[in-house]
This record gives sequence, structure tokens and C-alpha cells, in this order.
Amino acid sequence: MGTVEVPELTSQPKTTATKRMTGAEAMVRILLEENVDMAFGYPGGAIMPVYDALYDHQDTIHHVLARHEQGAIHMAQGYARANGKVGVCLATSGPGATNLITGIADAQIDSTPLVCITGQVNSSLLGSDAFQECDVLGISMPVTKWNYQITRAEEIPQALAKAFYLARTGRPGPVVIDITKDAQFEEFDFAYQKCTSLRSYTPKPKLDLSKVEEAAELINNAERPYVLFGQGVLLANAEKEFKQFIEKTGIPSAWTIMGLSALETDHPLNVGMLGMHGNYGPNLLTNECDILIAIGMRFDDRVTGNLSTYARQAKVIHLEIDPAEIDKNVSADVPVLGDAKESLTELIKHVKPNSHEEWLQRFRDCDKEEWDKVIEEELHPTTDVLSMGEVIRIINKKTNDDHILVTDVGQHQMVACRYTNFSRSKSNITSGGLGTMGFGLPAGIGAALGAPDRTVIAVVGDGGFQMTMQELATIYQTKAKVKVLLLNNEFLGMVRQWQQLFFEKRYSSTELINPDFQQLAKGFYIPTKKVTERENLDKAIEEFINYDGAYFLEVMVGKENNVFPMVPSGSGVAEIRLE
Amino acid sequence: MQSELQEFTITAYTENHVGLLHRLTIIFTKRKINIESLTTSESETEGIHRFTIAVTETEEQVIKVVKQIEKQVEVLKADYYTKKEVVQQELALYKISTKSLTNGLEVERIVREHNARFLTIEKHFVVIEKSGFRRETMALFDELKPFGINEFVRSGRIAVSRERDGIGKDVEKILAEAAL
Repeated sequence: MGTVEVPELTSQPKTTATKRMTGAEAMVRILLEENVDMAFGYPGGAIMPVYDALYDHQDTIHHVLARHEQGAIHMAQGYARANGKVGVCLATSGPGATNLITGIADAQIDSTPLVCITGQVNSSLLGSDAFQECDVLGISMPVTKWNYQITRAEEIPQALAKAFYLARTGRPGPVVIDITKDAQFEEFDFAYQKCTSLRSYTPKPKLDLSKVEEAAELINNAERPYVLFGQGVLLANAEKEFKQFIEKTGIPSAWTIMGLSALETDHPLNVGMLGMHGNYGPNLLTNECDILIAIGMRFDDRVTGNLSTYARQAKVIHLEIDPAEIDKNVSADVPVLGDAKESLTELIKHVKPNSHEEWLQRFRDCDKEEWDKVIEEELHPTTDVLSMGEVIRIINKKTNDDHILVTDVGQHQMVACRYTNFSRSKSNITSGGLGTMGFGLPAGIGAALGAPDRTVIAVVGDGGFQMTMQELATIYQTKAKVKVLLLNNEFLGMVRQWQQLFFEKRYSSTELINPDFQQLAKGFYIPTKKVTERENLDKAIEEFINYDGAYFLEVMVGKENNVFPMVPSGSGVAEIRLE
Repeated sequence: MQSELQEFTITAYTENHVGLLHRLTIIFTKRKINIESLTTSESETEGIHRFTIAVTETEEQVIKVVKQIEKQVEVLKADYYTKKEVVQQELALYKISTKSLTNGLEVERIVREHNARFLTIEKHFVVIEKSGFRRETMALFDELKPFGINEFVRSGRIAVSRERDGIGKDVEKILAEAAL
């Protein structure tokens, strides 16, 4: 018989009772306090004490051993975005840490909450160019929300508490904690208290109600209002409020690639994708709306094209949590600073019910034109060559629109994001801002581990796949149920497309003479299939989806297919080309 | 908004944190903006540091930079000022040979006329100190040059705003709220 422990009643904030232990042990205890049940990483000399401490907590913290630190951090990103928790990543000093940098930069630009813990050489060796020493603080500073180097064990609780707090609050982002090996070994009296505020840091700006009223007045008097939504809606868990807002006002709404899945695909007010390879209407009509309402998006240049011709006729309302995004690229007539959920909740109260049927019809007309010139042929090709679009169409059908889509970067990414149907929020994971090739496979593994109840499909191209394909071994080791769909066109397709359109078809270093991916997948003990004929596609995808476990499906698609529409680089959104 | 280049002074009140200087300079490096001078010291509030950064840029760009500075976790408050909005000074030190003094009263006259002073007179060299605008410290430099300047150094710009309270008041408010 065990005894039941009754917690002491106290008015003091809850803290772990002080206990003597090593820095490394304290770090693992903090991970537990912060509700971390999974970490991604790769051991090495300078982080060994932490790994040793993890050995005692294998039941509570599952450590995923990647095959490269870049793989580990993209897994942590995929995990964080599928699961909503902070992704945790561990690496050793020097090359271990530098291999994380690409993923850190990716997480920074896409606002993904991560805590990366890197080992560092002994504090006595700092600055001596010791073995595997690297200035991790300096090198990660431009791409982190915050970073800190721990050289004494007693700094650990406060530094890690701040790290978790900063990673997940406000506009989320990656934090790096660099800890010297001696601080990991050092014994100290451990107590932990979570961080809940910092005097120099304002996670959510206080909502200015006068701005909300100003915005509402513009919206109430608008004839052709237009909503652009981004990841801010997802990060604020504001999907419900967002939908209420657009339904009440009847405003057509287009998404950035990071905002994808915040609104279900078949919603009548979902007019499609913005940007370089977005839909025709959403781009063209940007320059015809009278009020542009940007919600949790940052006017990336891939969305706006040439700024000097972007929505000049429109008054701009910008709902945004980060003050530094206001007027950064597009100046806002009415900035509404705050968390999207809070801002929308207030805004809904002040806007009048409305519909904009005629205006919405303009989007439908554009859709029709795009359908006739681009989409019909992409989804139902009339040639023998398989298209990426038809593969995605069949996936939609077989998954009932209820899967998490993870993509790498390039043509397949644009096609998958354009044509995947979403019925559930937080179902799209891609490298939006940094455009990191090699992201897809490891992020898919992280997503599958972070959302084990969902079907996770990682769509990758043959270029990006080969950047991190060693992570197939991690799939085998972890049994992550990720479905890997390789759309193989034997080219670096997007670069080739640009070479075709803008460099006189001079295909400089874009053709890939590929290995046998089937043999490769077999070597990693992953069930695999290759499709080259249309007649085999449907059945292969069915098997791919229904297989209980990881699966590798390779589909040979048209070598020189292009993604359209396209706003050529440097052009305005209204110069969008359908062919 | 002014889109031509002009002189600006950027001020930031911050926590005293290792690496924050690097974090702030990255904001300029990323945009290829040259920092003309940068000084940091403790502010009127104990434990709170103050950065004073001098740049020549467009106002549009400076506004964006200030927002990025304020976005950094350890920064309490940042703002920018045009030349007219601050009282500013620089400090210059000039080291010349003691012999220059023994050949007549010329150097002493120059120092007096420029409202400068002798900081120290040693056997082999003297150090002259002058504070003022850059054109004033440089005018003295030009006059002393014929006597041979062995070393010359000018500090970065330090400046206080012409507003009654400046952003120091905002910082006080932030600290008072945090203390509650």
C-alpha cells in the first residue's frame, strides 16, 4: 500500500523543494516541470552529462535520436507545430550547435516556439578555441528570439524558465540555451519556479479599443473589403473568432501559406492563396479592394510582389501582435496591435452584419478563369504524364481532408498547398519564410510523433528529400507513422521553372541524376512503392494512406511541368500570369 | 515622412545583459546601416543601461530600426531624435609633445580660445581635453595639427532629449508597474 501525499497549503508560489543535484539533472527536472515529454537531438562530448541525466528519465521524456542535428531541429519544429507545445532540441557544442542554425533561422522567421539546448566546452576553456568550441551565442543571436549562456549551475533554473516563457509567449520563437560542460556537472541546491513575466518584455500589447472602433468603422463602410490572414490566427488559437468575424461581415478571405488551414478549404468565404504561386483572384483583386484587412500576417515579399504597386488604392487595417511588423512593408492606416483572438473578439462586437455578394462574385469569376486555364489540367491531366496536382487530388479523396500536410520547399510545396483540402485547423506544416529545403521529411517525423492520432503526410521533392534523407533511419528507429510522398521530377523543379521562364531554358545544375529511392527506402526497412503509370496511382495512394505505419511512396511526375499562376519576381500582384 | 538621409540619435534603455550590444548591432548590420558612434552607460536609474547610437539614415528606416531594437527582450524602451531634438556632446583628447608648449604661447592661446583645457602636463607630452560638437573638436584638431598630434581620440555622441521627461519617464513607469 502506498501513502497518499497531501500537498501543503501555502500562499507562496509553488516551487520545487530545494534539493542538491547536478546541473544536468536539474535541466531534466525542468524539462519535466515544463511538461516536456519528447525531445529531439544528437549527443556529443559537451552535452553528455545532460544525456546521462536523461537516461534516468526515459519513461517520462522520450528522446528522439535524429541522424543529423538539422534533422533533429526540423523534427522539433514539426512537433511544435503539430502539437502546439514548445519543441525541445538538444545538441552538442561546435558542429552540433552549428548544424542547428538553419532550423533555428527557420523557426525564427516562421515564429515556431523552440528551446534549443546546446552543450559548450568547459567555462575555463571559453575563448581558447578548444576542441568543438564555437561561439554559439554569437552565431545564433541574429536568428533567435533570445539566447543565454550558462556557465554556473545556479543560473540554470532562471535561464531555462525564461527560455520556455519567451519561446511560447507573445510572438513565439526559438531560444538557445548554451551550457558549459562544467555547469552540467556542478552540484547545487535546485529549486524551480516558472517564469510568468519579465519587466522588459511585453508578450501581448494592450489592445487599444479606439483602434478597434476605427477599424470597424472602415469595415462597416467598405464596399469591397478583403481579408488576408496568416499564421497569427493559428498561433492565437483564434480560428473560431476569425470565422465569426468574416461570416458576420461577409468578407472574402485569402490565406498566406502560413495561415493555411486556419479556415476550412470549402468555406464559401475562403477565396484561396496569396502570393507568387497563389490563386488568380486573391492576387489580382488585391489591387481592387477598398479596405485591406491583414490579420496575423506580415506582408512578406512573396505575398506582396512589388510593393510600389501593391494595394495602393486600399486603406489598410493591420491586426498584429508584433509592433515591429506595423508599417514594416506595407503601411497601416489603422494598426490594431494585440493578440488576434482578443482583437477579433472586440472587432466582432463593432462590425455590422453584411454581405458582399457582387464583390465575392468577382473572386468566383477569377476562379473560373484559373480553373479553365490552370487547375482543370493540373488536377485532371489530359496527357500521359502524371501531374503533382492529381496526386494531391487523390490524397484529398482518400483522407477525407483530415490529415496533416507537411511539405518541403519547391514546386511540390506550392502544388500541395494550393490543392490540398483542409477540414481541420493546424494541419499544414511547411517552411514558409526561410524556404528551407530538407525541412519536409524531418518535420513530418516530428509532426507524426507530436500528433500520433493524425495521419501525417510529408510531401517532398527529389531535391529536398536528398538533403535530409538520412532521417529515414529515425523513422525506422522511432516507428513514427509518417507517410512520405516523394514527387519525383528528376529536377530541382522550381529553379528549373525559373530557368525556363527567365533564363532562356539554360538548365544550369538543376537536373538530378537520382539514386534508386526504392532500394534506399528498403535499406531503411520502410515499406515502399513506386508509381509511374496513372492506372496504378489510385490504388497505391489507398495503400499508402491505409498502411498502419510509415510508408514511402514515390510518384514519377512530369519532368518539366510548371506551377501556375505565377507573379514573376519583382512584378506587382496584378501582373499575375496564368500561363 | 522624410526619406532623405539625416543625422539621428537613437536611445535605448535596457537591462544589463551580456551580448545585448551584439544583439542591437545586428539590427544595423542586417540592414547595412553604418553605426557612426555608440556609447553605453548606466542611466539615471540604477541597474538600467542606456545606449546612445548615432546614425545617418532616412527617418523611415530609423523608425523600423527603433521598433526592432524595442522588440529585443531586454530592451525596456527605445526612441529616436533628430539633431534639433537633442542636446548632444562629444569629448576629444589630443596628445601633443611638451616641446610644442616651450616654443612660445601659441598652443596655450589656441587651447584657451577653443574653451579646451589641459588634462595633464607630463615631461614628454601634454593631453588637451575638449568637449563639444564634432565641428568644434575638429576645429581644435586642425589648429593643433601643425604642432604635431601624437594621439587623438574622440568619444561617441552622448545626448539627452529636449523633451521635459524623455523616455526615461516611460522606463520609470515600466519599472514601477513591474514592481507591483
